[in-house]
Amino acid sequence: MLGEGILKGMAETAKNFFGSYVSKERLTTVEYPEERVPAAENARAFPFLVYDGPDWQAGLRCVSCQICEKECPPKCILIEKSKDKKPDYVGKPQFYPVRFDIDLSVCMSCQICVEVCPFDAIKMNTEFALATDDRFGGLLFSREKLAKSNEYYHSIHPTEAAEVDARLAEEKAKVEAKAKAAAEAAAAKAAVSASPAEGGN
Amino acid sequence: MVSTSFFTALDRIFFLLRDWLVGFLPVALRPAAGVLLGVIAIVAVFPGFFALTTVFERKGLGRMQNRLGPNRVGPFGFFQPVADGIKALTKEDVVPYRSDRIVHFLAPLVLVVTVFLGFAVLPMGRNMVLADMDAGLLFFFAMGAATELSIFMAGWSSHNKYSLLGAMRGIAQMISYEVVLLLSAVSVVMIGGSLSLSKIVEAQNSYSGVFPHWYIFTPWGFAGFVVFAIAATAETNRSPFDLPEGESELVAGYHTEYSGFKFALFFLGEYLAMFSISGLGTTLFLGGWSAPLSFFDFVPSWIWFFGKVMLSIFVFIWMRGTLPRLRQDQLMNFAWKFVLPFTLLNLFVTALWRFLGEGWLRWAVCSAILVAAWALMGRVGMRRKHFGPRSYRYAE
Ligand code: SF4
Ligand code: SF4
Repeated sequence: MLGEGILKGMAETAKNFFGSYVSKERLTTVEYPEERVPAAENARAFPFLVYDGPDWQAGLRCVSCQICEKECPPKCILIEKSKDKKPDYVGKPQFYPVRFDIDLSVCMSCQICVEVCPFDAIKMNTEFALATDDRFGGLLFSREKLAKSNEYYHSIHPTEAAEVDARLAEEKAKVEAKAKAAAEAAAAKAAVSASPAEGGN
Repeated sequence: MVSTSFFTALDRIFFLLRDWLVGFLPVALRPAAGVLLGVIAIVAVFPGFFALTTVFERKGLGRMQNRLGPNRVGPFGFFQPVADGIKALTKEDVVPYRSDRIVHFLAPLVLVVTVFLGFAVLPMGRNMVLADMDAGLLFFFAMGAATELSIFMAGWSSHNKYSLLGAMRGIAQMISYEVVLLLSAVSVVMIGGSLSLSKIVEAQNSYSGVFPHWYIFTPWGFAGFVVFAIAATAETNRSPFDLPEGESELVAGYHTEYSGFKFALFFLGEYLAMFSISGLGTTLFLGGWSAPLSFFDFVPSWIWFFGKVMLSIFVFIWMRGTLPRLRQDQLMNFAWKFVLPFTLLNLFVTALWRFLGEGWLRWAVCSAILVAAWALMGRVGMRRKHFGPRSYRYAE
């Protein structure tokens, strides 16, 4: 009969109306500023710089090779190379950036800087709520603001960060093994050169 | 009998309040001041209701769609209307360059004023009617018809295609359903024997045992009420008959070119029309201010009236949360091929009811005719046309 469908529909909405007060599953709303859906692992917003250890200045992985600066399509990275060197994660002395600025109002989140960096020093952040009332300075992120710990990197991209860590550890082990081998060889040489003298005694 | 006198006082509280206030004035001014106070009360109370309804509607609609609805302004979002009002007041009032400025300005005023005039004849409680006219029903419908004028004024003066289309749709729809609205009220007049709304309520305010003699509890009254509700929804441009302001196709229909406070006035007028038509439906079919069971008689009459109006508003909102918008041709088909013939039949059934006399016979006959007609006309009149796949004569 005419109107049956309407009654059925009204029963459905009535069920929703009362159901939404009793069952929490019905309400799928996430009240954004207070509640948030955690960002997906593959989400990306803007780049950040990874550092190891507790001190961001000492631990920055970036060696100021400026590859990313040259590759960035909209040219929003500005790097100033240091005059002195400091040891990197394997202990090799390297340059470091005394200035590393990214203008986030220009950055287009293309991730090219991340892909070209040979040192796994720059990665994509998932933080997107960067609104500010200062349209020039507020979005020009300097080293301090860009530096994030490796632990943070693990927290937002666990899989990727674990891969990076494994790779870096492998490289480090290789370098260390080489250094050890070299040291042993040197020690053996020294021993060899020392023994005749001993024998001659 | 302290309690009885207390409830009587509560029933008459507005009169007592008025008399107390008027008592401060010289005797010569008292009658005029009394009327003025009544007007002020109506003009103050219903916009307050409007504010409350907007927030409850948005929250209720949200819940029907498993959303939360507004909850930011104040506790549970109840101050939302305040924020909306401030926003509407402080917005720039943009008038299109080529519009007809005077008519453009007058349209919202005409709407609100005519809608408010409709309230003058509604009995909102025992003896609580501002102007107890002998032909109150006629007055109400006249005012309801005048709102159509304002809609066309708005649409025409805006010099905008969407406004004009919305206004034309609005006129077509309102005129079609106006006929139905009037005819469904005519059956009440036939039984009640009066055009005065207070007399119509009086006629329903008696009980068999504990049950009231509301017209909705008779076959013709029930059918009339259903038809009245359909027509009232269309008259007030509420979903599913909200074509004149269908956002998805007409921006906002006839009030596209209104901003700021004039837009708020249109909004107010629309809700007030909803209240007044609910009030009329309550008066005609739901026993007005009379209590639903005889032993609830002690509760103040105005509480029943406003309770019934609120219930109708909830049903309006409920329908809005349920039904999608109709298409223009569906709307017209429905009005002229189904609702109108059914209402005419209902007039005949009402007459039968009147002349079959007391007893079960008239119940059986009237119900049978109406149910059969509803089923048959629904099947025949609302039959879908199946066009099938399109065939081309030359382009094959
Ligand atoms: S994500 Fe793209 S645009 Fe942004 S800094 Fe990196 S290379 Fe430049
Ligand atoms: S972030 Fe990577 S690519 Fe860019 S300067 Fe530093 S080390 Fe080089």
